This record gives sequence, C-alpha cells and structure tokens, in this order.
Amino acid sequence: MAVITYRQALHDTLREEMLSDENVFLIGEEIGVFEGSYKITAGLLEEFGEKRVRDTPIAEEGFVGAAVGAAMLGLRPVVELMTINFSLLALDQIVNHAAKIYGMFGGQSNAPMVLRTPGGGGQQLGATHSQNIELYYAFVPGLKVVAPSTPADARALLKASLADNDPVLFLENLALYNTKGEVPDDMPPAEIGKAGVTRTGSDITIIGYSRMATVATQVADQLGEEGISAEVIDLRSLRPLDRETLVESVRKTGCAVIAEDDWLTYGIGAEIAASISDGAFDYLDAPVRRVAAAEVPLPYAKPLERAALPSAESLNAAVRQTLDAVGHRR
Amino acid sequence: MAETATRSKPAGSGSKGRRGGTRSGGSRGQQSQGKTAPRAESPETLRDYFRQMSLIRRFEERAAQGYTQAKVGGYCHLNLGEEATVVGLMSALRRSDYLFTNYREHGYAIAKGIEPGKVMAELYGRTTGTSKGLGGSMHMFDTEVGLLGGYGIVGGQIPLATGAALAIDYRGGDEVVMCQMGDGTTNIGAFHESMNIAALWNLPVVFVVINNYLGMGTTVEMSSAESELYKRAVAYRMHGERVDGNDVVAVQEAAGRLVEHARKTGEPAMLEAVSHRMKGHSVVDPAKYRNSEDAEAAREADPVAAFREQLISADVLDEDGAAEIERAVQADVDAAVAFADDSPHPDPATLFDYTYATPVANDSRRLPADPVF
Repeated sequence: MAVITYRQALHDTLREEMLSDENVFLIGEEIGVFEGSYKITAGLLEEFGEKRVRDTPIAEEGFVGAAVGAAMLGLRPVVELMTINFSLLALDQIVNHAAKIYGMFGGQSNAPMVLRTPGGGGQQLGATHSQNIELYYAFVPGLKVVAPSTPADARALLKASLADNDPVLFLENLALYNTKGEVPDDMPPAEIGKAGVTRTGSDITIIGYSRMATVATQVADQLGEEGISAEVIDLRSLRPLDRETLVESVRKTGCAVIAEDDWLTYGIGAEIAASISDGAFDYLDAPVRRVAAAEVPLPYAKPLERAALPSAESLNAAVRQTLDAVGHRR
Repeated sequence: MAETATRSKPAGSGSKGRRGGTRSGGSRGQQSQGKTAPRAESPETLRDYFRQMSLIRRFEERAAQGYTQAKVGGYCHLNLGEEATVVGLMSALRRSDYLFTNYREHGYAIAKGIEPGKVMAELYGRTTGTSKGLGGSMHMFDTEVGLLGGYGIVGGQIPLATGAALAIDYRGGDEVVMCQMGDGTTNIGAFHESMNIAALWNLPVVFVVINNYLGMGTTVEMSSAESELYKRAVAYRMHGERVDGNDVVAVQEAAGRLVEHARKTGEPAMLEAVSHRMKGHSVVDPAKYRNSEDAEAAREADPVAAFREQLISADVLDEDGAAEIERAVQADVDAAVAFADDSPHPDPATLFDYTYATPVANDSRRLPADPVF
C-alpha cells in the first residue's frame, strides 16, 4: 500500500500495462518529448521508445481515427487528448466510428482503445478550455465512459479500461491530478458499469462523479461532525450507469442531492434525477436537488469563475436545504 | 502520359500511355479504344476483368431494382459507370491486403472477394449479409477478404485506414491498406490530417480518389480550389498520380505499382481515378442538376461496353464468348437475389447482441416502451 497522487497512479498503471502487453501503445499530442501536458507520460518515451509512445501532429481527428483503425487490427492504443475540450475535434471518429465499429458490422471487428482526457474548470483557462462535456460521450451506446475520482480508482479503472474490448472514454480532471490517496499494490481491475458507495449513511444520498465525488465525500465528512449521516455514491461509470445502486440508496435515505461539474440543463444529473424518479418515486421525501455549473461560457476572471463552479460550500448548502425540506432534525 | 505529382517516383511511375481527362478542354472521359489487346495481361485475366465488370454492372442494376421494390432500404449508392475503376483497383490487391471504402462500395465488396449473395443479403437486411444485416448498403464488412468497412460518413474511413496501416507498420507486416474515397472527400479535414500523418510516419497506405466529377450534385470545380486532385499529394511530399478510371488495365497497373511500392518501402501514395457516375448520387436521385452534355458523356464512356468492344476487336473475346459471360453473371446475380430473398430477417431478440464486445454491468437492454425500473 502506498500513498501516491492520481497522476502517479495513472503513470504507473500505464507503464505496467505497456510492460505486460506489447500491443499497448500511447498516442497523442506532446506525450513523448514534452512528457505530457500534465506529465502523466513522463519518462515513458525514454523507456519504451517512439514506437510505443507516439507524438502526433495537432490533428485530433486524424490521430484518434488512426488509433481506432489500429485497434481494429488488434492493437490497444491509449490516446491522450490534451483536454476534453479538444475531443470535439475528434467527435466524428469517436461517435461515428469508434462507437459503431462493433455493432454496425455485426460484431466482426471492434475497437479496444482508451481515450484518456481531463475535464475540469477552475484553472482560469477561459470558456473553451474549462468544459465538462463528458455527457456527449456518455450519451452514446457503443462507448463506455468511466470517471475515477481517487488514485485507487484511477488505477483500477484504467486497468479495467485496458482489459476491455470496447472504446472507453477515461475521464480525468485537472483538479485531481495532484490529489493523493492510498493505492494497494495488488489492486484488481474495477468493474466498469458499477458505482461505488464511498460513505454509508441514512439521512441523505449525495451522488457525484470525478472531482465532485471527492467534494461530496468532504461535505459528507463535514456533515458527519454535526451528526448528519450522508451516504455518498461515486458513479465511477457514466455509461453504463449503475441505476440500481443509486436507487437502492435513495430508497433508504428518502432524499438526494446530485453534485456535477457539468451544466445542469440536460446534464448527467438530469439523467440521475430521472432514474431516481423511475426507481424511488414513492420513497422520496423531497425533490431531488442538483448542484451544477452555472450555464455560461466560463469566464476568465477569478471571481466570476468561482461563482460559476460548484463547490463544497454550494453542495453543503443544497444538502442542508434538502434536509430542511424533509424536516430532518439536527 | 499519366499525370504525376511526386517527390520521388516509385519505379515505373509515369511510364504508361493512358491519360485521365482534365476537366477543361473536353478531354474528360475519353479513353483509348485501341484495336490491339491491352498490354501484358493474359487473355484469361482480361476476360475475367470483363466478367467482374459485367457482374458489378448487373448486380447494381438489380440493387436499384430491389430498392424500387422496397426490398432494399436506406440509401443505395451504386458503382454504375465505375466498374473499370473498381475491378482495376481490386485486382491490384492481395486478399490479405486491407480495403477501406466510402458508402459506394457494393462493387468493391464483390471484387474484393465477397460472394454476391452476401452483398445482396446485406442490402436486403438479412442475417446472411456481410454485416449480418446490421450495416446495410453503406456498411459492408468482411474480415475474411480484408474489407474493413464501407463507411457512410464522408472521410470517416481515411483516419481509420491510416491507423490500420499504422498497425501493419507496428507489427512489421507486409500487408498494404487501400483507402478509397470520392472527389468531394478531398476537401474534408480528415483527408488533410491523415495524408499528413501517413506521409510523416511512412505508412503503407494507398489513398485512392474516385473523381467522378460530382460530390452529390456539387462539381469538383465548385468545391475544390485545386481541381486536379492528385496534385494535393505534393503538399505532403507524397507521390500522386492520375489515371483514366475507365481503363481497367491502366487502373490495375497504376494501383498495382503504388500498392507494391507501399509494400516494399512503406511509403504511402495517392491515386486519382477519373471516372464516371452513370446515374444519380443514389438510386432516388434523378440527377436533374447534370447538364445533358455531361450526362451524355457519362453514357458514352460506359466502361463495360467499351471494354467488351475492345476485347472483341482484339480477338480476346468473340460475341458468343461475351454473351456467355453475360449469361453467367446474370445467373450469378439471379442466385444472389434468390439467396438474399430466402435468407432470414434478424430476430428482434438479438437487438442488443452487438452493442459491446465486452459484456458490461448495467448495460441497458430497454425497449422504447419499457419502464426503467
């Protein structure tokens, strides 16, 4: 058991997978000589050479599509998209091609590949570099979308993604790279499609993923000090979505707050709220609340950016309001 | 002379005497119809080219018929008028070589080696089709013969083909990838990105542009600042050349030379085949935007009729021999239609069988009216 950063967990897992399977190779912008925009691939070019760590031109559609084609012939590319914002340049290859190869041709081929990419705002990167658009991919049958929030999950889900024979969008987050956590040395792969209960509780259910799952556990711990028992669910997988785990929790607690970094309208939280309505309608004591980003192109100026993004404070407030609505006594 | 644009010519390039027409000057579509037998190929090979071209012609006519009978759904784009190009290109590939195409690929599927019955069954949406009926006209696929997909999104196949070539290079294999596309495709970003990557990484892929002058109803001149499309290869320091797509032998020669060069050196290349689309963009398109002169030129350039005449003139075939081949391909197509018609429709119970290659927890199997819980 070691305490390492999310970044280190990704790096170490990539390295191990490359050592164990020569069909695994890395492809993306600035991943080799530059060692990765966020240094996830540091040292790997030196260790594995240009064949296994392939720097690309700035051509997302071209290199993502090339990875799909290589995967169709049995290689296992791990694509790094510098941020999820740039994945839009490759949308056709991800949505119209990677996601369709297996089904459209009747199961004759498939595209076993991992698309690693960070989302996240809060770095004063402005409107085009701060988006959380994982919904675009979570919407598409044929893709799998996972979103680890801790170093241990990063490791377990990356192993699972590389073992999977389908294209997996692996959502990272700029704000998580430096976070630390315990990672067991012999950690087995996670199961894609399964959510995790990261705090058990009985008063309220808080549901989040990626950065907001970690914020949710912080908030739950704060509330715990006041005697409020919050259950926290980390989705981990956005497609498939583990509705059973969500609904089971809300049936127990009777109320829920969803924490998401994306925009509210049509966002991931909307699907979760609908699922709770589908599966726990009779158990609800209050409307399902969503804490989500303000619906603006994210401004650069710090006070505006801060106002637009969800935080522990805003989640804490929404949880308290929901508990008040339920008539929870504290 | 064949027109070439190159940084370093593959051996023997530019040495052939056929030319594709340029759009200006009215030379488009003219083809040599010499009285002598086309060079090099054996009479058997030439007769087989004629057989394949006739088969594709007859197949496509029956596909159109199936469409009007509502046996075939969706879009249905035909290779009518492009038979010489299709057969020439496919004759340049080994069975182990890979082919990526656009959505106008029925003829390619057949010429790459798929049974016409499987191709027709795909059009009919049956389980015996090339993609089990899940793909349709635009999405034929067969691992056995190396057809790695017809693709309905213009340009979508180009990055994929480049990636397949990357996989070959990665493993040190000796296969070559051919990536077919239409003239309109050369204006999409994926074309540029992939040509650059293929040249940069020295990948064994031959990009083939079928210039039939029309991207749906938009002419090459309306869409392309450089309308001599093969010249675009120069921007990537890639060899490019143009060939008369109505001349099956010239196409086979040019494509074969570029494919073998790619096999030997890993260098990519671009080939522009100047061809004709005899009908509309798809079966339902009456092509009213075409002027009568252009439509007439397309009819006159009929590569199947011209090749038949050429082989008879050169005593490679006689009238009876030609008629015998035509009867045989008619029987092949009749059998393909019967096979398709007799094949089962997919069972709705199999709807969720091909969403994921690796089964996954909580995968949705909900039908439209099913409750979520």
